[in-house]
Amino acid sequence: MEALFAMAIGLLTAVGIYLMLRLRTYPVILGLTFLSYGVNLFLFASGRLAVNAAPIIGYPQPYADPLPQALVLTAIVISFGMTAVIMIMAIGGYLEAGHDRVDLDDAQEPEA
Amino acid sequence: MSHWIIAPVVLPALVAAFMIILFRGRLMLQRLTSVAAVLALNAVALALLMSATTTGAQAYFLGDWLAPFGIVLVLDRLSALMVALGAGLGFLTVIYAMGSGWDAKGAHFHPLLQFLLMGINGAFLTGDAFNLFVFFEVLLIASYGLMVHGGGANRLRAGLKYIAFNLLGSALFLFALGLLYAITGTLNLADLAVKLPELPEGDAALLRVAAVLLLLVFAIKGALVPLQLWLPGTYANAPGVVAAMFAVMTKVGAYAMMRFGTLVFPMDLPATNLLYASLLLPAGLATLGIGAIGTLGATTLPRLAAFAGIASMGTVFVAIAHFTPAATSAALYYIVHSTLATALIFLVADLISRRRAHSGLQDCPPVAQPGLMGALFLAASIALAGMPPLSGFVGKLLILDAWRDHAFAVWSAILVSSFLMILGLARAGSNLFWKPVEAAPKAKAEPLALLATLGLVAALVALTVLGGPVTDWLAGTAEALHDPAGYLAANRLPTGG
Repeated sequence: MEALFAMAIGLLTAVGIYLMLRLRTYPVILGLTFLSYGVNLFLFASGRLAVNAAPIIGYPQPYADPLPQALVLTAIVISFGMTAVIMIMAIGGYLEAGHDRVDLDDAQEPEA
Repeated sequence: MSHWIIAPVVLPALVAAFMIILFRGRLMLQRLTSVAAVLALNAVALALLMSATTTGAQAYFLGDWLAPFGIVLVLDRLSALMVALGAGLGFLTVIYAMGSGWDAKGAHFHPLLQFLLMGINGAFLTGDAFNLFVFFEVLLIASYGLMVHGGGANRLRAGLKYIAFNLLGSALFLFALGLLYAITGTLNLADLAVKLPELPEGDAALLRVAAVLLLLVFAIKGALVPLQLWLPGTYANAPGVVAAMFAVMTKVGAYAMMRFGTLVFPMDLPATNLLYASLLLPAGLATLGIGAIGTLGATTLPRLAAFAGIASMGTVFVAIAHFTPAATSAALYYIVHSTLATALIFLVADLISRRRAHSGLQDCPPVAQPGLMGALFLAASIALAGMPPLSGFVGKLLILDAWRDHAFAVWSAILVSSFLMILGLARAGSNLFWKPVEAAPKAKAEPLALLATLGLVAALVALTVLGGPVTDWLAGTAEALHDPAGYLAANRLPTGG
């Protein structure tokens, strides 16, 4: 299970980084999403992987560490909100500029 | 236990929510509430500063859950200083935004600024690494809104880049926290400081990876080379008043680096010992160089301000990299100076840009009120280049003194970059004020905006005049940072377990 889990994290991160280096905003956003999936799994694993263990002390079986689960929940909520924000910003930028390239080479600072 | 410690987080959060719900679209009411709220925040910050000075580090246990199981906020002299600095800058920013009419160009300037203050204060006060991540996100999401305040295609596209860069930083932060938790089983800063020295040797490599990942995250926040790429485009495209407020956001990165470098990964920790110092020094020197060269090559006034800001962050990082009490106290002095000076140059750049046809540094249209604007630009330039009589000179002197042992590399980098900045700022100033031949146009009177800008100049003068008492106080703060017994005691960790 550990090997499978590690490969999944590695694959998600690699896909995320590849997509983030693209020129258009939509793949970049997808890349950030993949990266956040990878991070979430990684955080989950930081409390050690356990099968059939509840995060409750006093249960007969060995218990799972509840803290990483809480951390992952927070991280999911935050990355979800951030994805929504960057999506809106990307759509706004596309509608105003007429294209969705990431680079700013042709840009001049807006007048105040 | 004083409940006031949480006030700098709760107050702006409540005020912001209150403004959005009740005062939507009513600018005058929002302005009044915002001014009252930042004044109250300043009062609280000053009271906390006094309390931290007299009684030392104090912890606030949220929900009365004890550390390391619950989240703690820790007030010590450093966090109190940074909260007071942010609150003071917040006050001047609100005044400037009202005076210049920036806050009327979009719906939610004041609520977003309050949320930003909440995130900044939280990041300075928290004693828990994951909580630090959460407050980073709070201040970032508010800064995304502020950055694109006023709209426009370029601002939105620059904002997109800024968000993408910071989301990558957040992902790295989470990887680092996951590693730290996997190694130690705790994320409370004081608990980490206690547990890391007892770590088995096999975990040292993992710990070093986590330390470097954290360093990268803070480097993104603090615009440390090679992660400074987001800053010029972001700050130059952001509204001037927002860029001025962002001057304290880069300091969050510097603060976090200092906190982790002295508390969690101190020099005497065998697993990491010189890691932070050896990475920070070359990166800080490069930041200084790139900032200084950037001021020579900048094509617009806001971009010039952004590169001057990068150079002053470089100076801060060089000072931090020494990790001795003397250098840390010099770094703290320079952090205060750099926040005020960077904010000043952004406000002056905004004032000047709105008094001429465009913000470019070529083909030079005339500036309205050239005398006053020229004087303000001169004051900001003197502060940033680190020339007497303003506090930049005192700060650089303290840093040079602390780096006596590596005088050749560090002294020459700081002195040459100061010279380059003098050239860059003088070139910009002569283009702005001496090239135009047409008569100056009429300017709108903006008493509040000018007052806020002069307030920053006054703060810089005060920092210079009160240099003696301030450096004495900062020396005590640096001592407490390098000997964190008080910080650890405040957390009241369970012993023997």
